Order: sequence, then structure tokens, then C-alpha cells
Amino acid sequence: MSNQISQGPAVPGCKKVDPILVADNVKRQFGGLVAVDVEHVEIPRGMITALIGPNGAGKTTFFNLLTGFDKPNTGTWTFEGKNLAGLSSYRVARLGMIRTFQLTKALNLLTVLENMRLGAQKQPGESLLAALIRPLWTKREKEITAQADDLLKRFKLDAKREDYAASLSGGQRKLLEMARALMSKPKLVMLDEPMAGVNPALTQSLLEHIKDLKKNGTTVLFVEHDMHMVRHISDWVIVMAEGKVVAEGPPAEVMKNPAVIDAYLGAHHDTDLGTMQKKGN
Amino acid sequence: MDWGAIFTLAVKELISPITATYVLCAIGLSVHFGYTGLLNFGQAAFAAVGAYGLAIGILTFHLPLLLAVVFGLVFSALFALVLGIPTLRLRADYLAIVTIAAAEIFRYFMTTIGFAKVTGGSNGLSQFGQEFWDLNPFPDLDYGFGPFTYRNDEIFVMVIAWLAVALCAVLVWLLMRSPWGRVLRGIREDEDAVRSLGKNVFVYKLQALIFGGLFASIGGMIFVLNLSNVQPQSWGTTFTFMIWTVLLLGGAATVLGPIVGSLVFFFVLSITQGVLSGLVAIGALPFLTDPQVGQIRFIFIGLALMLLVIFRPQGIFGNKRELQFNV
Repeated sequence: MSNQISQGPAVPGCKKVDPILVADNVKRQFGGLVAVDVEHVEIPRGMITALIGPNGAGKTTFFNLLTGFDKPNTGTWTFEGKNLAGLSSYRVARLGMIRTFQLTKALNLLTVLENMRLGAQKQPGESLLAALIRPLWTKREKEITAQADDLLKRFKLDAKREDYAASLSGGQRKLLEMARALMSKPKLVMLDEPMAGVNPALTQSLLEHIKDLKKNGTTVLFVEHDMHMVRHISDWVIVMAEGKVVAEGPPAEVMKNPAVIDAYLGAHHDTDLGTMQKKGN
Repeated sequence: MDWGAIFTLAVKELISPITATYVLCAIGLSVHFGYTGLLNFGQAAFAAVGAYGLAIGILTFHLPLLLAVVFGLVFSALFALVLGIPTLRLRADYLAIVTIAAAEIFRYFMTTIGFAKVTGGSNGLSQFGQEFWDLNPFPDLDYGFGPFTYRNDEIFVMVIAWLAVALCAVLVWLLMRSPWGRVLRGIREDEDAVRSLGKNVFVYKLQALIFGGLFASIGGMIFVLNLSNVQPQSWGTTFTFMIWTVLLLGGAATVLGPIVGSLVFFFVLSITQGVLSGLVAIGALPFLTDPQVGQIRFIFIGLALMLLVIFRPQGIFGNKRELQFNV
């Protein structure tokens, strides 16, 4: 069980050669229910990591905790060595860790272009006083508009530039949300079910976009139920069940792990995986 | 019935400083609700804070007029901070409940006998306008023509009121097409999404609350300068609801909406008053008495507000695609 990503064998909570995000003892309880109880986990830098697990495994809650959208009962975590515990969500985003949401949050009554512009950081015009004096922010506005147009072209949304985000299809909104997240040039992108509700024609292009991110040096962490996607693009898979990390490793190995089959794939895993694999080939 | 008189009265209503007061309050509310999505049902309090701030600044602290205006605005910003810091973390509907309560608390506070020395209690305050009237550059003549003849004082307060409206409208227009305005509109749509993009949503909401409140406070000051007194009962919930009607009539996330909404509102209000009174006078409405007419107009306002929200939520000027209710 050797690989280039982990130090030593790929066991749950194993150390990585070059981690970007390290979490320790992150625990979140809702009343009596322990939603997340992660002892130790490291996300490898520059890789595409999939976070999988059955419904209710705590994946989204873990996402919320890491990005400051929820507060854990205990736990610490660092991003590029900086402590993130207790930091509010907008500060986490400013450090270069940007997330998307399972239920897409396109800003419906803003145009596609405005959605994109909103994603950019360091905009002088976003402060109340500077906003009144146009020359102070037109230069930056031009820069980010050019950047937005470039991204929109890549995501094939350029024709929708002036339309309200509300007029986009579900899949296009996912694309927009992802493109918007990229406006800030993040170091780590966290995608919560990027494929949910996306039609198959768009799936392929979304996969390519995620692979492009890696090519450009961005680390990707995503939650997904689509096994085909997990297998196809991820370098590393982390499996959660009942709030804990139960397995880790390269996708091919993790899928064979009895603990994973038990926790996640259930009794009918053979048939399920079989059809998925056929689709993949 | 004298249609000429009814119409003249309605047109006079259009340009009155009272109408301008409502425009200013509605511009503030459009910053709160139309652009940022804050359901503020306490706009009357912001106007009252400005009005009392001005009067108390002059009467209690003996400030010159300009400083008293600044005092009122600072008072208004502080009120927004005290109101906003604990409540802006709440969901929109809870904010509505808290703001309506805060406005009533403020009004009762001003009415209380205990503070009557400063606030005038239920009698309110007067005799604070002298310095304002002394500033009047218009010679002591009558201006205008026919029924539209005004004293120099009336002209003065009208000019000041509508200048303030123009200034505030330009300010809002400038801000809302800036990236700052974009963040506010983003917050209106989904504050978590905006947060996830690295914006400090809380600070933006606080800025919007203060900023929109200042417009209402300026409106309140003009209202009381025009009347030369402050009465606590002017700032009840009716005042807030009328501002809402004005805003929704014009269109919530627009610059011209509050202005046109207010003009239409007071024009129609005046016309209905005239027509109904006329009909009562000639005995065409035997089931109504003249004092009831004043009240029945407000029933119509309620009805109009309902119809508006149901059939034309974007108002006169709103973009149907952009402004649905998203509360």
C-alpha cells in the first residue's frame, strides 16, 4: 500500500507528505448526536481529494466547521500552518480557502457578471467611502471584469453574462458558483457535491474544470456521491461514516477496502460499482 | 364639488416638505430593504431620533443649528449601532420584530414624564427653529401665483427639503452602482454566499442600517423644522407603515422609486380626501361623516398596500425580474 501522497501506509488519519489543511480532534455534537468526530486528518496540497461517505456521515458538517460556517465543540485545524479554529467564515475565505454549497447559492437577482465580480478580493470600491469616488475603483473593476469574462468563457457562461443568475439552469448555477469561487484565486477549493443535479452533458465539462484547477496548482477537496467521478478524478479519497474518518487512500484501493464497502457501499455494492465502472469505460 | 380646489390641494401636497420627509425616509428604507434585504419596521424611530436629536441639541445643549444637525445624525448612527449589533445576526423576520419594538420603545421613552425636562414628555418640544428661520435668504414676500402662493418661510423649507432629497438620491445612486452596493445586493440575495466569498457581511449590514437610518433622520429633522415642533405621537407605527407603502409603491431597489412613490401616495391621498369630503358634503355618502373620511383613507392605504404586494411587488419603477419579494 505505497503511494506518493501519504507518509507510510494509507490508514485513517495518516500523515501526508505535504498537507495544506490539518485538522485535529474536530468534534461537533447536535444534542446527543455526534455529527462529526474527526481525530486527525490531513488534506494533501495540490491534489484532488474526495470526501465520501453515506448520507448523514457528517461530510457537509465537517465542511461547515472547517470553513467557519459552524462552530465545533472541540478541535483545532490549520490551513497552511495558520490556525483557523474560531475564525469567522469570511476570514477563512480571505486566507484562500473558498467553498461552494450543496444547495447552490447563486445570487439570483444579480447578473452573472455581478456574481462573478463579487467573488474577487481586494476591491477598494467595496469600502463605503471609496465607493463614492469612482476613480478609486475603476481600475480594479476593469481587472476583475476581464478576469470574470475569461472565467465565464472557460465555463461557457459568457453568453449569459448579462442575465440574472435566476435564469440559469441548475447545472449552470453550479458552474457559476464554481467560477465565482475561482475569482478570488483560492489556494484550496472546497466543493460540496459539485455534481448534484448537473445533467450528464455538463458533467464532463465540470470534471475537466476540476482537473484544470489541479493543473493550475489549486488544491481541491470535494464531497461527492457520484462514484464514477470520485474514481475518475480524485488522487486521494477520505471516507467518513458516522462522523469519523474510517478509511483513506488512493481511489482504487479505498474502493476495495472492506470497511468502506461496509460503511458506504452497502450490500449491493457489486452491482452498483459494476454499472458505474462500465459507464466510466 | 370644487374639482379645481381638490386638484390644487393635491398638487400643493406633492411639493410640500412633508412629502419630502417621506421621500427621505423611504430612500433610507430602500437602502435597508430594497438593496440589503433588511426588514426594518422601525424607520419611524430613525426619523424620530433625528428630530429629537436636533431639538434636544438646540434646546438642552444650546448647540448652533449645524452642530445640532450633526448631533442628531451622530445620535442616529448610535441608535443604529445599538439596534444593529445585537440584532443583525438574526434572520430577516426576527429583525422586523425587533425593529418595530425598538421604535415603540424609543417613542415611549420620549413620552415618559421622567425625562420630560429634556424630551418635553408628551407635549414634545418646540421653539428650537429660530436659527433655522433666520438663515432664510428669501426676502419677506409672497412667491408663486394664484393658489400656489407661498410665504418666504414656506419656500425656504421647501427648497431645503427638496435639496436634501436630491442630495440623498444622488448619494444612493452613486453608492449602489459601486462595488459596495454590489455587496449589499449580494447580501440581500444570500448572505452565506457573500460570506463564503470573503466579505464581512455583518459590517456591511451595519453600514447599511446606519446609512439608511441617517436619511430617515434627515427627513425627521425637516419634518420638525417645518412644523416648528416635535411631537412623540408623530412617530408611531403608522408613520413606518406609510413609508413602507411609499417605498413599495415606487419600487424598493430603485433610486427614483421612493421619490415617485411618495409623490403618487400623497397626491392620491389628498385627492381621495377631497373627493370623499365633497361627496359627504353633498349627501352622496349618507353612511359617512366628515371626520370618518380621514380614517377611511387609511383603510384604502392598507388595501392599496395589499394589492400592491400581491399584484405588483416591484412597484412602479422596479424591475420585475429583479425585485420580487425575497424575505
